Amino acid sequence: MSQVASQTEYNYKVVRQFTIMTVIWGLIGMSVGVLIAAQLVWPALNFDTPWLTYSRLRPLHTNAVIFAFGTSALFATAYYVVQRTCQTRLFSDKLAAFTFWGWQLVIVLAVITLPLGITQGKEYAELEWPIDLLITIVWVSFAVVFFGTLIKRKVSHIYVANWFYGGFILTVAVLHIVNSMAIPVSLTKSYSIYAGAVDAMVQWWYGHNAVGFLLTAGFLGMMYYFVPKQAGRPVYSYRLSVVHFWALVSLYIWAGPHHLHYTALPDWTQSLGMVMSIILFVPSWGGMINGIMTLSGAWHKLRHDPILRFLVVSLSFYGMSTFEGPMMAIKSVNALSHYTDWTVGHVHSGALGWVAMVSIGAVYHLVPNLFSQGRMYSTKLINTHFWLHTIGVVLYIVAMWISGVMQGLMWRAVNSDGTLMYSFVQSLEASYPFYFMRFVGGVFIVTGMVIMLYNVLKTVSAEKDSLEAEVHPA
Amino acid sequence: MDYGTFRGIFTLVLMVLFIVIVWWAFSKRSKSKFDEAANAIFEDENKHKTTINDKKKESEK
Repeated sequence: MSQVASQTEYNYKVVRQFTIMTVIWGLIGMSVGVLIAAQLVWPALNFDTPWLTYSRLRPLHTNAVIFAFGTSALFATAYYVVQRTCQTRLFSDKLAAFTFWGWQLVIVLAVITLPLGITQGKEYAELEWPIDLLITIVWVSFAVVFFGTLIKRKVSHIYVANWFYGGFILTVAVLHIVNSMAIPVSLTKSYSIYAGAVDAMVQWWYGHNAVGFLLTAGFLGMMYYFVPKQAGRPVYSYRLSVVHFWALVSLYIWAGPHHLHYTALPDWTQSLGMVMSIILFVPSWGGMINGIMTLSGAWHKLRHDPILRFLVVSLSFYGMSTFEGPMMAIKSVNALSHYTDWTVGHVHSGALGWVAMVSIGAVYHLVPNLFSQGRMYSTKLINTHFWLHTIGVVLYIVAMWISGVMQGLMWRAVNSDGTLMYSFVQSLEASYPFYFMRFVGGVFIVTGMVIMLYNVLKTVSAEKDSLEAEVHPA
Repeated sequence: MDYGTFRGIFTLVLMVLFIVIVWWAFSKRSKSKFDEAANAIFEDENKHKTTINDKKKESEK
């Protein structure tokens, strides 16, 4: 009997594993971020050790937060959402388990190779070719499990969240394979098959669509399930969500050239990338409004529910950074912002505000549901985490805005005889206070993650069904 | 057909496709189906409960 039952019920084991690892990798990745933020204020913190230099730890930080924290959250929620909306068990338990252990291996290999200085030197695609091959195998298995589950679904309609997850899985596979094409010369060294401006364009076609499909489409899938679920009401407009999906996936793919304004890339390509980036504002805000308006008539829930607050504020940050992004893609604005801290601030308003907050909200929703509890161990601590995180993000992005705009202005300032008014070092000195402010923001965020880990562990180890859901009068 | 003409036609095809998607999504015919789909996420609670109680049943055996 139990065999028949286990065939029809959901596979939560792999979801639990990925959920717990999301929290752990989040804490680790963000701690590395705080360390390198501190190094920019106090350079002595690299202890004259090659493995601890900024140049090696920075890719470790980005890989840890994007591929360890963010992607673990995507694995967990994709497996959870696809089962629950298709009302069927995962296509293959063994393959799902393989994706978990395979992905953890990828992360561990990244943690080992990046501090050793083994890198392909492509931003967000630093990992060397043997790890790239492993990523490909794990990713194809992920696709097989996900789409296999969609095929055996028990309901006729494919819920919109799955469209976003599916688009994300397919596109990331294509991006990763095309951009990682390289000729190996040894186990730890390879050269890209592309050259010159083509290499740059392929890299930023990859880079921007990693933002568009991994950090946006995937997390929008998360949003379309967890926001309605946590709010207890269906999404504001399902029709808008359909248009949102098709508009977003067809536009994002063209935006990459805005990373290469005023470079060797042909002018027409730069302009095309700029125009496509500006248009991208429309579907982005359509989706954001759709998510936030899901709460219309249920705004009072925000008062008692910090999980919902995480989700809704993540959408506000999403709206903010998808306004900022198209603006920064305009060539004349980019002339000021490019290569400054403004870019770093923009990325973090998206990564810490949107991606991290929607993931944290989803994890707080998931944990009680996965471990047979009515609620998290402490709602108060979720609230504390919410404020720590929000204050931390605001400190971070405000610091980077000021520092970035100031750098841009200082670098372009010229004396009446045409010579530069400031040296680079002078602009660096001017940025110091803001680097410290960023570091403080990071400490707030990491403190929040420590509280989250404690809260999650307490929930997981609590006796079954001992934490009862809180009831609030409407 | 030269490359410029091809691109022009391709852009036109994409535009028509987009209008068709919007028209389809907002047509009256699709409304009831979409409303149903939007509410579908609340329908699997029983199955979720049996999954979650998996371990308990086994330990009771």
